[in-house]
Formats: sequence, C-alpha cells, structure tokens
Amino acid sequence: MRELVITDFKLRYQGSLLGYAWSLLKPLLLFAILYVVFGMLIKLGTIEYFSVYLLLGIVLWTFFAEATNQGLSSIVGRGDVIRKISFPKYIIVLSTTISALINLVLNLLIVTIFMLISGVSFHTSAFMLPIYIVEIYTFALGLAFFLSALNVKYRDISHIWEIVMQAAFYATPIIYPLSLVISKSQTAAQLLMMNPVAQAIQDARYSLITHETATVSSLFGNGYFALIPMGVVVLIFIAGTLYFKKNSKYFAENV
Amino acid sequence: MRESYGDNTSVVVEGLYKSFKLPHEQHSGIKQLIINILKRKSGYEVQRVLNDLSFEIKKGEFFGIVGRNGSGKSTLLKILAGIYVPEKGRVQINGNLTPFIELGVGFNPELTGRENVFLNGALLGFSKAEMEEMYDTIVDFAELSKFMDQKLKNYSSGMQVRLAFSIAIRANTPILLIDEVLAVGDSEFQNKCYREFRRMKEEGRTIIFVTHDMSAVERFCDRALVLQSGKIKGIYSPNKAAAIYQRMNVGITNDNSASSNSSRWGTGDVKLSEATINNVGDTDNENVVEQGKDLYIDIKFKNKKEAKKVVVGLAVKDIYGVNLSGPNSKKVSLDSSSDVVFKIPKLSFVPGVYILTVAIYDEHAEIEYDHLEEAAKFTVINDGMEQYGKITLFGEWSQK
Repeated sequence: MRELVITDFKLRYQGSLLGYAWSLLKPLLLFAILYVVFGMLIKLGTIEYFSVYLLLGIVLWTFFAEATNQGLSSIVGRGDVIRKISFPKYIIVLSTTISALINLVLNLLIVTIFMLISGVSFHTSAFMLPIYIVEIYTFALGLAFFLSALNVKYRDISHIWEIVMQAAFYATPIIYPLSLVISKSQTAAQLLMMNPVAQAIQDARYSLITHETATVSSLFGNGYFALIPMGVVVLIFIAGTLYFKKNSKYFAENV
Repeated sequence: MRESYGDNTSVVVEGLYKSFKLPHEQHSGIKQLIINILKRKSGYEVQRVLNDLSFEIKKGEFFGIVGRNGSGKSTLLKILAGIYVPEKGRVQINGNLTPFIELGVGFNPELTGRENVFLNGALLGFSKAEMEEMYDTIVDFAELSKFMDQKLKNYSSGMQVRLAFSIAIRANTPILLIDEVLAVGDSEFQNKCYREFRRMKEEGRTIIFVTHDMSAVERFCDRALVLQSGKIKGIYSPNKAAAIYQRMNVGITNDNSASSNSSRWGTGDVKLSEATINNVGDTDNENVVEQGKDLYIDIKFKNKKEAKKVVVGLAVKDIYGVNLSGPNSKKVSLDSSSDVVFKIPKLSFVPGVYILTVAIYDEHAEIEYDHLEEAAKFTVINDGMEQYGKITLFGEWSQK
C-alpha cells in the first residue's frame, strides 16, 4: 500500500518537470499580486511583517485548497484504475492529499526564507506550527474523503466546491487582518474564527510571525474556545471517512 | 459448510446475484436528483445482470467463462476480482488472486517504460524489491530493452501491450483472472503468450479465462462455463462449450433469416413454402449442421398449377456472396409428394454461416416458377480445430 502512495507521488512529480516548479511559483505569484494590491495600494490595518504574514496565510490556504480540490476529483480521475483493479480506494485520496502536503513543506521553506529576509525574530511558539498543519491537513483529508465520494454520484460537486472555496477564501482572514473585522463587529470576528482553517492560520501566524495576530484566545479571552474549530475538524474527519467507507464499495460501478 | 468444499477448490460461488441501477438520463447530477424527488421518480431502472449463479472452480483448473456480449461475463469477473460487490450470494476465494481485467492498468503515457513497469507492478501488488528482481525478465520477454527509457506515449500500441503482458504474467498468485488479453499482438507474441499459459497451467495454478475465442477455450480450458443472459447455461467440457456457444450465436442470426429482406421473383405457379436444413437425428437445432456429417436440405413447395414435373436449383453462398456450389436437380416428379430432399454427404464446408438460394423451374428448366434469394441460412459448426479456406478435404496424411 505504501508502495502505491509513493508511486502515485512519483507520477505526480515525474509527470512534468514544470509542474513541480509551478507548485512553488503559483502561491508566490498569487502572493505578489495580493501584496501589491493589499500591501501597497489598499492598506488594511497595520501589522508588522505584513508581507510574511500574508505569505504564510496564502501558503496555508493554498495547501487547504489544493488538498480538497485534488482530493475531490481524485476518485473520478482514477476511475480507469478503479474499474479494473481491486485495491483500497482511500489510498488514492490519501496520496493526492499527501502530495499537497509535500508542496506545503516546500512552500514553507520559502516562507522561512522570507522570514529571514524580513528579519522576523524567532519565537519558541514556532514549534506549535506542526499542530496547526496537522489540523488543516486532517480537516482537508476529511473533506476530501467526503467530497470525492460525493463527486462519484454527483459531478456538480466540483463546481459547487469551487464557489464554496471562493467564498471561504474571503471569509478567512488571509488578505485582510482580522482586526479589520473586530473593529466592525466582535461577534462576526468570533464567528469567522470558528472556521478551522481561519483559526489554524491565525494561530500559525501568531506562533511564527507576530504575537500581534488576533487568535481565538485573544478574541474570546480564553484559549479553550479553540477546541470548537478543532472539534469541527474531528467531526468532519470522522463523518467524511465513514461516508467514504460506506460508498467506496460501489465506486467501480458508478465512477 | 467449509468442509464440504474441501481443500481442492479455489473459488466457490453460491447464489450470486448482481443488479445495476441504470439512470434514465446520462447526466447524474443534483439537478436530476431534485427533479426526481419532485416527480417521485426513482430515476433509474434496475437491471439484473447476474441471476443466481453457483459454481465451483477446482485448484489447478483452467476454467473458461464464455457467453455472448452482455451475458454478464465481465460483471462476473469483476465480482471475482473484488472490484464489484455482490448484491446477494457468496463468493469465496481460497488464495490470492490477480485480476487482468485489462492490461497495463494505470499506465501513464508521460512516464518512461521503466517507470510504468514499476507503477503497474505496484498496482498488481508487487513490492519494489520484487519488481527490481523481475525487471530484466520482464523487459526481455517484452523484447523492448532498447526502449525502456523512452516515454510510453512514444510506444506503438503493440509495444505497450507487450510490456503490459510481460508484467502481468509475472504475477505469482495461485489464482489468475484473465479477460480476453490474447486479442492483441502479432502471431509470434501470441504464441509466446500461449506458451506462458501452458507453463502456468503446468505449475498448477488456477486460471479463470474469459473469452470469445473458442479455439483458445478448446486449447487450454479444462472446463468452461457458458453464461446466457446472466444465468448459467451449464458447465461443459471445452469442446461442448464451444459448440453450445456457436449455437447460441446462431440463434440470433436465424431470427431474421429467411425471406424477410430477400428478393424473390418468378411466375409463382409453383412456390417454395419452406426450406430447412439439418443433420438427420438432430432436429432440435434447425439450420445448424455439423461439418463432416450428412446434410439434408428439405424443400417443400405449393403446387398451384399442378405441374407434373419441376427442376429444383440450389445455390449455396457464403456470407461474402461467393457462390460455392449450385446443384440442380433432375426432373422431379410431383405426383406423389411436393417435398424434395437434397442430401450432401459428409459436408465439407468450413464452419461459418451460409446462405441458400432456391429456384424452381419447369421440367425443361426454361420457365422460372419461383426464385428466392436467401431462402434459408444455415450455420456449419465443428467442435474440433480451427480451419482455413472454404472447404475441408477430409484428407489423410501418411508416410511412404
């Protein structure tokens, strides 16, 4: 089984040499655009090291988006194999999300370089970062399981998910600092932070870049509220996995 | 339960059912789902593909599964392979199984031949170490050592198949499922494949073989299961299975046989009413005859003019319209009976479909009373070896 994950990977990277470089270039270019627009033209609040702050948010979001989008289409995309060979289907979803994870690690290296250039001082809280990555990954994996199984039945899912992700991108404090929302409405900000991705991104920024970052604990005045989005992650993961397991038997017939 | 099957069965299938839901519309989607809910329609039809199958396959057996298109062969194979789940019933597989539903599963055109070997091997359940060990053998067997570092998209389709097959036959599980993989490759490669099959058979592995190729069934299989519309017609010896399969195919071609779209002319004074073809003693299958046996063409006609004598002409054509023989009768007296029989002793036509034209003339063979193209079709079958040409000479070889 492990062999399969590795092979699928190889395929992804050896498939095209450019694809490998693109996975680094894409978030960087997106960052460049957003930095010009929101860092230079429209100033949304004052945060120290805003460029790195922005980049980290984009990198984490890109990871989440890539894992769910590619996970979603993974089963249908591998339909030819599923129809002809019997093997555990979760491997397909797992391998696509793991390759997104590898991209993330590479992108984080770039973030580190930017951090060094910007002169961000190191916090010991940086060691918390893996926890937030695991959180986002688990969330994405749970969603990918659910969506990929659903996509076999209803192909509309990919379109719907595209829009959901678009909306979620703006509903997550990536390009704007959360303080902007807080100044308008404390409740809205609290609500936004119930999104596991938002919570994880803010916590990651807090631990890695600047303690100015508004997090769940600073919003509610109590860090235990972070258990709610984490609970959402666990719930989605369990539900997604169960749904996938129930339906995977029939993938070969329906895909 | 288990004891009764003993240790020498490798596959046991009991009361197997499988249905598919066929959506009414091609596009599955949420729109359709909502419409169906509103209309209280189920949105699909249930089609039963396999209907109460039970059989056993012994260890070391070369087991054929034959049947016409749509008889459920592939579905059965996919259930045995664990790709589909049975709706009802039990499938017990004793030992590991490698399915070859299609060759080269997961082959990616962008990867090199070498990479594809490892990818395909992994999908077939080989570890990397095993693959490295077998790599040279695979490449040698495929005769592609020069091309292994080229991308698969630059391979010809024959090369791809050769490579895929070379990997596939490395599978060392005790049970193999093979679905019509021999339809590819040039004749030399096919022979190589046959040799491999023989080797596997000698190694005592169980091979389940789905095919349309009756000569392959006869060459390799120990037994063959004939499927018909999702049910087991029977499990037979290879020769018998091949004969039954050929007959099943004939059944369809006969449906639209005589007179419907044929051309007919003549004065109509004496008209052909029926032409049937059979071997004597085998009346359950009209218009299916065995090669080498005596053939009888039975011709009945209506004598309106009360002609005393007629001449009957026959023409036998193959499906390409080549006239193979055109025997005419001498004057036939119609006093006693209006039923004429033409006997062909020891039929020499090779297996295939033949078309019979019947013409009825007056006694001087001048006025054509009736002429009917495609008065009947008949099929020649043979349970034995493949044949070439149009006729068999029933010759005998000897040494001086």
